[in-house]
Amino acid sequence: MTSTAANRSSQDMDPGRVHSIDQRIDQIMSIILRTGVLLAAFLVLTGGIVSLLRHNTTVINDRTFHGEARQLRTIPGIVHQALAFHGPGLIQLGLLVLIATPVARVLFSVFGFLYEKDWTYVVVTLIVLAILSYSLFGSH
Amino acid sequence: MSSLEFTLLVGTGSLFAGFLGSLTGLGGGVVIVPLLALLFHIDIRYAIGAALVSVIATSSGAASAYVREGYSNIRVGMFLEIATTCGALAGAALALHLRVSVISVIFGVVLIYSAITSLLQKTDASQDLGPDKIASWLRMDSTYPTKNGLTKYHVRNVPAGFGIMFIAGILSGLLGIGSGAVKVLAMDQAMKLPFKVSTTTSNFMIGVTAAASAGIYLTRGYIDPEIAMPVMLGVLAGSLVGARVLAGAAVRTLRIVFSVVVGFLALEMIYKGFSGKI
Repeated sequence: MTSTAANRSSQDMDPGRVHSIDQRIDQIMSIILRTGVLLAAFLVLTGGIVSLLRHNTTVINDRTFHGEARQLRTIPGIVHQALAFHGPGLIQLGLLVLIATPVARVLFSVFGFLYEKDWTYVVVTLIVLAILSYSLFGSH
Repeated sequence: MSSLEFTLLVGTGSLFAGFLGSLTGLGGGVVIVPLLALLFHIDIRYAIGAALVSVIATSSGAASAYVREGYSNIRVGMFLEIATTCGALAGAALALHLRVSVISVIFGVVLIYSAITSLLQKTDASQDLGPDKIASWLRMDSTYPTKNGLTKYHVRNVPAGFGIMFIAGILSGLLGIGSGAVKVLAMDQAMKLPFKVSTTTSNFMIGVTAAASAGIYLTRGYIDPEIAMPVMLGVLAGSLVGARVLAGAAVRTLRIVFSVVVGFLALEMIYKGFSGKI
């Protein structure tokens, strides 16, 4: 993981090699986060432009809570709406990508700890991953 | 108000919120919810859903830079994420059942606490108290870069930190904020992490914590695309600009002004909550 966290469990390995692996892991993690946020922002922006071009005159009244339509709150529904190039569907897909970004980072950490043979933290990370998966897939 | 007007107004407001939030360290989420609820009269549950999404965007954007600097302690972060994500699930579940006015009052109280801690922020404090059994077993002790090179530190009091983090998770899931102030309380005060380590590790955790509750908000229909779109884009852009402005004397003044504004917003949320006008 980062150089600070990793060096304890990898002391027995060649320091130069460990350092470069750490840097690689850090780099990949950084790339995952940045790509996820950029892709999400791009989808949300595209969806916003499509929505505004199509229904610019709609009057917004969200003072009362009604909950989103079914097709905008389930993963298959959102993907379906986005593929049909519906503005709100594209926005929700972007938000889904955004929510998935930290999850991808946690998933990647599992491999990082596996590589370091740090079993305690492989388990810790898998628990976090299970909680996140429950929130996205298991709660309805 | 047409969709375009609404998008531009909320987008501009979010831009300022993100800018000031990142400059002062309070985060954009804390102003977004009062802004949407008090000014635009949007249902607080939609406001919280949109704020959560913007919290993930800013924290992931910032974390991509922090991870490389070697300050954040990934083991401490990952272990405490068990507590914050569990708390976030509980907080999101609470948000589905609590009355809107109750959420509003809790929001106001947490907001005041965050503003005060931001004003009293100290640069460093905790002295090293030596190793601790649980922290050693979890291999949490680490080093961080200082003026004198890499400095070792020991992590203390893991159970207390874990407990406070669970509460931070609940607040994040219930109110749609990063609850950085509570996270720093756990890592700074209880676990005795150096200040720079606790703030960057907290930032690193915020995205994962918010993702845990955002999943529930999305699948329950609490994230509205028309509201979340300008909020997410505005806060993200604002915080990216804010992160590039160097800290200085002007920032200190700005932090005081911003904290006072946040304090007023908090009082308004509490008042509206008690009078049932929200």
